[in-house]
Amino acid sequence: MPTKEIAGTTIDVTEEGFLTDRSQWSRDLAGALATEEGIELTDEHWKVIDFITADFQEKQAVPGMRRMNKVGGIPTKDLYRLFPNGPIKKAARISGFPKPASCV
Amino acid sequence: MKKVLILGAGTAGTIMANTLSRKAGKEWDITIIDQAEEHYYQPGFLFMPFEVYTEKDVVKRRQKFLPSRAEYKQAKLDRILPDENKVLLEGGAEEKYDILIISTGCGVAPDEVEGMTGSDWGKKSHDFYTFEGASKLTNAMKNWEGGRLVINIAEMPIKCPVAPLEFAFLADWYLTKKGVRDKTEIVYVTPLSGAFTKPIASAILNHLLEEKQINVVQDFSIGEVDNESHKIVSWDQREVEYDMLVAVPPNMGDELIERSDMGDELNFVPTNRDTMQAKAADNIFVIGDATDLPTSKAGSVAHFEAEVLTGNILSYMKEEEMEERFDGHANCFIESGFGKGFLLDFNYEQEPVPGHFPFPHVGPFGLLSQTRINHIGKLAFKYIYWHMLLKGYPIPFVDHKMSYMGKKVARTVS
Repeated sequence: MPTKEIAGTTIDVTEEGFLTDRSQWSRDLAGALATEEGIELTDEHWKVIDFITADFQEKQAVPGMRRMNKVGGIPTKDLYRLFPNGPIKKAARISGFPKPASCV
Repeated sequence: MKKVLILGAGTAGTIMANTLSRKAGKEWDITIIDQAEEHYYQPGFLFMPFEVYTEKDVVKRRQKFLPSRAEYKQAKLDRILPDENKVLLEGGAEEKYDILIISTGCGVAPDEVEGMTGSDWGKKSHDFYTFEGASKLTNAMKNWEGGRLVINIAEMPIKCPVAPLEFAFLADWYLTKKGVRDKTEIVYVTPLSGAFTKPIASAILNHLLEEKQINVVQDFSIGEVDNESHKIVSWDQREVEYDMLVAVPPNMGDELIERSDMGDELNFVPTNRDTMQAKAADNIFVIGDATDLPTSKAGSVAHFEAEVLTGNILSYMKEEEMEERFDGHANCFIESGFGKGFLLDFNYEQEPVPGHFPFPHVGPFGLLSQTRINHIGKLAFKYIYWHMLLKGYPIPFVDHKMSYMGKKVARTVS
């Protein structure tokens, strides 16, 4: 697995830059990962990140769009505005969780 | 007498009725309820549009597969009352239980996508996750003369997550055989980051898409089906036009779960991923597609879960510690067209990797490699399903715990 220097620390990531060890995640790191995506984190972004973090504890999975809407109270349109082009994938990466995937 | 009540006589419920009939003590009555008379071999729906299977392959009478010890009731379920240990049936009757097994599965919900059940539905747009949908699609494929064939997954999770990709592979083969492949563009539209999403599988299998000239549109989260202009539109306003849309609508758990207020946002029941108990009550167990577990919704998973659940329920009946643990094991044959297939074997922790299955170096099946015997394995699975799997017999050499034998895994020592 590759490692990566970012925000003054070394992290373990997949080829696509998703953290493989969530214990390396911090709020500062989230900010740096977001900058790489061209996103500056606001309170609205943090609402999404905090929801994903809490929900992952419960389900061991990154929530899907419908769960973001219904349980997180975050409309799809907002997600596309906050994290353009593949919002769940980007939000998952910034939150330090695995890429949403199928079985293969 | 005490009672085990099973809700739903699909793959998982039928297996549980059979294993508990053989193994539960005499003081236990077993009742199983389902609303429909027919049992469908759901993996067979995929093959219908390509004229490999017909109705007789995929539909049989349900009762034929249920044990005589279990009482079968054909009824519609109204709601579960976990605090009172009872289930209400439509029409006012009720069933008490000591142990409840929820095996109500999941189904497609095309109404959840704006426009999906509009004027094109059943004409230019179809699903293949229901018998009716697959039947209509069969006729549409027979009459297909060319154009853009779009396969779209609305959102995850879906039942048998690779089936849409198998559909694309089989369409490539079937249309080639019919002589209209060169007049057909096949487009695979997915909300995920590609047709293959796991690193090892992507590296090994991505070339198949290019070879078969299947175009992939990724990160496409469908917002609407536009029936006027025959196109699907994403939330970020991207558009894909279709001459035929093969839609995989959102999958949701049974409405019974919603009426009982026991589900998540998709009506899946929050389930302990190790013991398979419902988080809502100790004497309620959940199995198969009805759970919210982070593994595939597939018949092989239901089969492995049933081995774990049978052990745990027998322990629960004797008031002993439940020792069996489900590891998320799934085992799936994937059709890749032209008489070949590949095989996946994975669990919660281990992504699909290459190797041999079930015997190291020998196989006979190849993991993540395209072989003829994998295809034969897939077709043979229909026989195994009707004659062994539904009865709850173990599949020879394949345990509910995933084995690392024969898998090429780079394992790090921690």
